[in-house]
Amino acid sequence: MTQATPTADGYDRFAAVAGEYGIEPKRVPPDEVAETIDELATQPAVGTPLPWDGVTLPESVTAEPTMGALEEASTGVTAASFAVASYGSLVLETDHAGSEPVSLFNDLHIAVVREDDIVPDMAAAIDRLGDDLRAGRSSAVIATGPSATADMGALVQGAHGPRRVEVLVVT
Amino acid sequence: MSKSKAEHIRHLMATEGDAIGENTRGFNAGRYESVAKLEDYEGLKDRARAIKEDAIENLPALIEEVRETVEANGGTVYVADDAADANRYVREVCDDADADRLVKSKSMTSEEIEVNEALEAAGVDVVETDLGEWVLQVAEEAPSHIVAPAIHKSREEIARLFNAHFDPEAELESAAELTAFARERLGDLIADADVGMTGANFVTADSGTIALVTSEGNARKTVTVPETQIAVAGVEKIVPTVEDLQPFIELIGRSGTGQDITSYVSLFTPPLDSPTVDFDEPTEPLADDGSDREFHLVLIDNGRLSMREDDDLRETLYCIRCSACANTCANFQSVGGHAFGGETYSGGIATGWEAGVHGLDSAAAFNDLCTGCSRCVPACPVGIDIPWINTVVRDRINGGEDLPREFLVDGLTPDAESDGPGVQKRLFGNVETLAKLGSAFAPVSNWVANSTPAAAVLERVAGVARERTFPAFQQTTLVEWMRERDAVPPVSPDRKVVLYPDLYTNYMLVDRGKAAVRALEALGVEVLVPEAPGSGRAPLSQGMIDTARQQAEGVAEVLGPYLEEGYDVVVIEPSDVAMFRSDYERLLPDAEAERLADNSYEILEYVYGLLSNGAEAEALATTDGESVAYHSHCQQRTLGLEPYSIETMEACGYEVTTTDAECCGMAGSFGYKQQYYELSMDVGESLETQLEAAEADQIVASGTSCTDQIGDLLDDEPPHVIELLAPETETR
Ligand code: SF4
Repeated sequence: MTQATPTADGYDRFAAVAGEYGIEPKRVPPDEVAETIDELATQPAVGTPLPWDGVTLPESVTAEPTMGALEEASTGVTAASFAVASYGSLVLETDHAGSEPVSLFNDLHIAVVREDDIVPDMAAAIDRLGDDLRAGRSSAVIATGPSATADMGALVQGAHGPRRVEVLVVT
Repeated sequence: MSKSKAEHIRHLMATEGDAIGENTRGFNAGRYESVAKLEDYEGLKDRARAIKEDAIENLPALIEEVRETVEANGGTVYVADDAADANRYVREVCDDADADRLVKSKSMTSEEIEVNEALEAAGVDVVETDLGEWVLQVAEEAPSHIVAPAIHKSREEIARLFNAHFDPEAELESAAELTAFARERLGDLIADADVGMTGANFVTADSGTIALVTSEGNARKTVTVPETQIAVAGVEKIVPTVEDLQPFIELIGRSGTGQDITSYVSLFTPPLDSPTVDFDEPTEPLADDGSDREFHLVLIDNGRLSMREDDDLRETLYCIRCSACANTCANFQSVGGHAFGGETYSGGIATGWEAGVHGLDSAAAFNDLCTGCSRCVPACPVGIDIPWINTVVRDRINGGEDLPREFLVDGLTPDAESDGPGVQKRLFGNVETLAKLGSAFAPVSNWVANSTPAAAVLERVAGVARERTFPAFQQTTLVEWMRERDAVPPVSPDRKVVLYPDLYTNYMLVDRGKAAVRALEALGVEVLVPEAPGSGRAPLSQGMIDTARQQAEGVAEVLGPYLEEGYDVVVIEPSDVAMFRSDYERLLPDAEAERLADNSYEILEYVYGLLSNGAEAEALATTDGESVAYHSHCQQRTLGLEPYSIETMEACGYEVTTTDAECCGMAGSFGYKQQYYELSMDVGESLETQLEAAEADQIVASGTSCTDQIGDLLDDEPPHVIELLAPETETR
């Protein structure tokens, strides 16, 4: 079942569906985010700012990376604007800091999203995106699971994008 | 009748058929599974359809709106009249950017305009970054599927290709190794690219957003890395608002490859507010506002605005290129897009696209492969009547010229007429004349038709496969039998039925007609079988629309008075039920079509209704647990009528297993045609496997074609469901 009922608990629903794509979201309080990222990241790691009070990147993740750091990195850490429970999807927004390339180029993408920002279904997601895209000429990627291809004769995870995705849900 | 076509198809079945079959059947099964998870699948499809209808209706205004929005965002919009115009513009953009290399993500529209060739001629290196497209670029082959372009190639073939072409340090073997190799190589090529080109699955007029539905991440890289971005999109890709994307996002992956959603649905509103990526400047900070970016949206007309004015082709523009109509198609599953496709597009809807953008000749090359089985119709997320588009285009290919009705009487010789439908089409289109003659001269006509010399003549002159046996004509037609029998009509019948004597039941499969009469009468129904013309199914399937319309009018004329008297119309042949219930909408005036549609029933649907309204199953031939393997008819399934047969058999005590082969492969006259005989048998193979695996006491089917095909596959012609269930003796 991937269609949400409005009453379904957002996190459980999201976690269950993301699980079908091999993602095991972790629910963490704000002050443990840095530590959890540090544990999950493979080095070298780069990241873009996490825009919530009291939520930070660990020292081990290079904030404000250079082009070279991005190219060398094995992990990219970014915020996700919100998540879609019924599809297990994350909505990644583009920004000046470079969240789009940071979430895309590395083997491992660690995405951080707030639990309050889990919407139940695609209708709610698109409603939320409509105003953003219109007003701010902004862009977004609805990302579900790691990148994948079946073009080489069998399903392979990790095509041009990340091979693995970790999700931290901030309580 | 080209032998070469048969050879081409045979070759493709041998070389690509297995890979195509496995992949498309997998996609198709995935579709059923994925859409079943949706709470309101039909509701989403209805919304998707409504959005497309409105968008195409308002297209000129939407194009202007997109232009304003994209320009306000800082991009440029160019509306190209045709391929040459589009390519000229793209070349100029590349010139201005001093581009040596352009990287591309997958786009069928770019294939349509052949932009790669145009750019390469201008000295720009073009690199396909979608792994499947890249494989084809290396192999110098064309896509065989609109979504999974290299679906015809196995892992082993790709490994051989890469090892030979790139001579890697270590031989590549597994899919993971091949993918990693491609990722690295393409990653370097993308990093050095000057221009990135994508297609667009949708373009929103209100925000100027390009929606890209992908899984690999190559489209994201193609957009994010270089400074200059070009998106090429058919004008029909525009939808009014971001909100309109929702049903499409939920439907496109499910309908196509059976994925609930693909890895990435990118909603890019270019020029992107995100830094470009330049690994040649390793010390530069990544962060940047993206103000060095440039964006060009190239909207392609190339025949689309004329399609919009064309009442029959317009629906094609609603197509979201999901590929469901290819995956669900039994013929496509056997041959793939290299046979079932034109210059660019493949699958059922390709006929509409090719006719619209490349012209009738391109459509004519493969249009015959649509048998009108209609299994794609419920699969299409925007509800396009794909078989109708194929019929219309076939009619146009025929030159819009139907044949004189009595041509068979004039002799089965090729005549001087060159523009009209060929002899083969006319033979099958006028099966009614054939049937009348056959029956009048039975049994001699049966011996003749199936005798070796006659079969050879039929093959040579009309392209009728000599391997096929013709169904046997009966001396006494169903109508005659009814007229001659001594039966007392019931005094106060519960219901009154006119049983439509479809051609097959009337002239050939008379037993199933008699069985239907016995069953209905046993359930307390008065049955009449008047003389009536053919339904028009046969000519319609050959693209002879005028002839079909005449026959439809004849049927309406015969049945009209009965309908007025409160009779229900009951039909045995499922393809004729489909005519009455759906195709007549296109052939008869609305009120007439509606009245017939509302009051006609497939025979088992009707029996089911009688049983649900108090009639006793005991009046039929019941059993205690005998097992039955049942193959429903394609068009019967599309109408949702399969369950009635199953439940009625179960009510009579049978244990029923069903097949899930989308089509038997015979599909009307298709399997009789010499050039398609082998394809038809190949399609039948999966049905054969399933029927045998069922190990049932009995096999039954509903359609004449299915019965013929199963007869040829298993050497034993199965009866119709009603023959299984009818009481042995007449009750009146
Ligand atoms: S016609 Fe319908 S099913 Fe076929 S590709 Fe287009 S949208 Fe998909």
